[in-house]
Amino acid sequence: MSLRIVVAVKYVPDATGDRHFADDLTTDRDAVDGLLSELDEYAVEQALQIAGAADDAEITVLTVGPEDAKDALRKALSMGADKAVHVEDDALHGTDVIGTSLVLAKAIEHVGYDLVVTGMASTDGTAGVVPALIAERLGIPQVTLLSEVAVTDGKVTGRRDGDAASEQLEASLPALVSVTDQSGEARYPSFKGIMAAKKKPVEALDLSDLGIDASDVGLGGAWTAVQDATQRPPRTAGTIVKDEGEGGKQLAAYLAEQKFI
Amino acid sequence: MAEVLVLVDHVDGAVRKPTLELLTLARRIGDPVAVHLGPGAEAAATVLAEHGAVRVLAADAPEFTDYLVVPKVDALQAAAAAVSPAAVLVASSAEGKEIAARLALRLDSGIITDATDLVAGDDGPVATQSVFAAAFTTRSRVSRGVPVITVKPNSAPVETAPAAGTVEPLAVTFGELATGTKIVARTPRQSTGRPDLTEAAIVVSGGRGVNGAENFSVIEALADSLGAAVGASRAAVDAGWYPHANQVGQTGKSVSPQLYIANGISGAIQHRAGMQTSKTIVAVNKDAEAPIFDLVDYGVVGDLFQVVPQLTEEVKARKG
Ligand SMILES: Cc1cc2nc3c(=O)[nH]c(=O)nc-3n(C[C@H](O)[C@H](O)[C@H](O)COP(=O)(O)OP(=O)(O)OC[C@H]3O[C@@H](n4cnc5c(N)ncnc54)[C@H](O)[C@@H]3O)c2cc1C
Ligand SMILES: Cc1cc2nc3c(=O)[nH]c(=O)nc-3n(C[C@H](O)[C@H](O)[C@H](O)COP(=O)(O)OP(=O)(O)OC[C@H]3O[C@@H](n4cnc5c(N)ncnc54)[C@H](O)[C@@H]3O)c2cc1C
Repeated sequence: MSLRIVVAVKYVPDATGDRHFADDLTTDRDAVDGLLSELDEYAVEQALQIAGAADDAEITVLTVGPEDAKDALRKALSMGADKAVHVEDDALHGTDVIGTSLVLAKAIEHVGYDLVVTGMASTDGTAGVVPALIAERLGIPQVTLLSEVAVTDGKVTGRRDGDAASEQLEASLPALVSVTDQSGEARYPSFKGIMAAKKKPVEALDLSDLGIDASDVGLGGAWTAVQDATQRPPRTAGTIVKDEGEGGKQLAAYLAEQKFI
Repeated sequence: MAEVLVLVDHVDGAVRKPTLELLTLARRIGDPVAVHLGPGAEAAATVLAEHGAVRVLAADAPEFTDYLVVPKVDALQAAAAAVSPAAVLVASSAEGKEIAARLALRLDSGIITDATDLVAGDDGPVATQSVFAAAFTTRSRVSRGVPVITVKPNSAPVETAPAAGTVEPLAVTFGELATGTKIVARTPRQSTGRPDLTEAAIVVSGGRGVNGAENFSVIEALADSLGAAVGASRAAVDAGWYPHANQVGQTGKSVSPQLYIANGISGAIQHRAGMQTSKTIVAVNKDAEAPIFDLVDYGVVGDLFQVVPQLTEEVKARKG
């Protein structure tokens, strides 16, 4: 029996660019180029490894995002995923985490799954809660923030390195897994992979395909409201000294002046 | 006045500092009611009462320690049903955020994560967030349901405000999902005796410039002279020079101390995301062009192996 894996991947503005808010206080997606969230590359990598260890597995990558978000899907397909699903709908503009998890959960059910894999957090919203929300909506165990993961005999096992302790977790399939950037370097797409990705199927869905009411998503359906966004004032130029042998002492004098010592 | 639920973060009843900060914020919105899950409620109650908890709802069951996240959601949901709170506040740890998220969904409510401040507003609490690697500050509120808000450590002062803090049992019925993810083994992290990274007033960090695990003793010596926590960049962690638990940045800890000292760290956007909100920033780097110098209040262009030991000696001398 084939192991059906769905990986949720987000298309995000490049973190090294000058990210901004648009006038309606949503992310200005025109301000910077987008890409597959780097932390979701780890999710794709772990899905590929889990699939590789299984007798038979199929990986579907799923994104919710604008037209350009196809780039994120292509990247994941070129890494080795089998097929892709793109949920795109103008009504999705400005969706919050609750709405995002609704669309993802419905799309995951539409695809059919035994295992859902996600990143630990996006590199733009960085809420880090969408995985737990999807698990809650699907009514399946969450095995989250794993630095090590394996699937055998219908069970997911993994290691979660928390603040106070490192925990060994176990759950039965179907389940949701999220992986951290400690889970192992993500592979680069090969030339062959990039060529193959062009022929792989990308299914396009909109809200009506998923039976979602437009009023439950988007800026209007968001359960949070951003009142204002202000750019952090640039820090005033600090004092910079060159070490000529007394740098440590000069720094100590500064720290003493600031009452740290 | 309306009651505000505060989930207690504790180790066997030893309440962690972020919870006391939440109590300060909760008092701006209403009367704090603490929810204590697991053993040690009586010990915790004393501290919670000193910091303003009018009541402590307590539940203990093996489920809280043997299964991941969901049992605590069940308990918090029961507390919300019992209290009808004006808001629910949870500390922004990885687990805290997951608990808060699932609770928000069950309460049919919006959620704000990683707030750095919280004030009362006409339409409910208004939360400040520091977003896009701290390049922007936003103010938001939850527009539907009971506001569920997670708050970053070091976002509010710890204030004493004596209150009754009566311990009351909380009845919890665990749902089917509660036992979905079993914690089959737990290895506690060994204490270094240094302050907790996210709670420390001073953080001393080392990066690729430290050039080797053995050289981190230079960073540790400075940290110890200042009573500081030790942080590391991802480059240092990935090289195996320092534990991942000490990583500062987007995928590590986010810190907001009074003083942050970056040594041999270039200041990549993902590192800045975790330390940019520090009050005072100091850097030692041999490259005058390193981006970290754009952030600093005071910077020394120089070799950290010269500058840092000299600084350590000077701190020790001045402290006598
Ligand atoms: C700066 C900023 C702050 C925000 N703050 C809040 C807030 O406090 N409350 C709130 O309700 N909303 C907030 N939002 C909106 C929220 O980020 C979006 O709804 C987003 O689509 C989902 O949250 P996230 O990106 O933080 O995801 P995370 O929870 O960080 O994502 C974790 C994982 O979920 C999966 N995933 C997330 N989004 C998608 C997607 N669109 N397609 C496929 N997979 C996905 C990925 O696997 C990802 O690794 C914020 C957005 C921004 C830009
Ligand atoms: C998705 C993602 C998430 C990430 N998350 C994080 C994160 O959480 N935290 C994080 O830190 N990074 C993170 N990174 C990595 C980040 O992009 C940088 O690669 C990293 O921060 C670089 O670490 P560094 O500054 O120590 O090393 P480098 O950039 O190599 O800088 C080393 C610095 O040390 C200086 N130096 C060298 N020798 C000396 C000396 N003897 N004395 C003084 N100075 C010296 C050099 O001049 C240089 O400026 C992430 C990256 C990605 C893609």
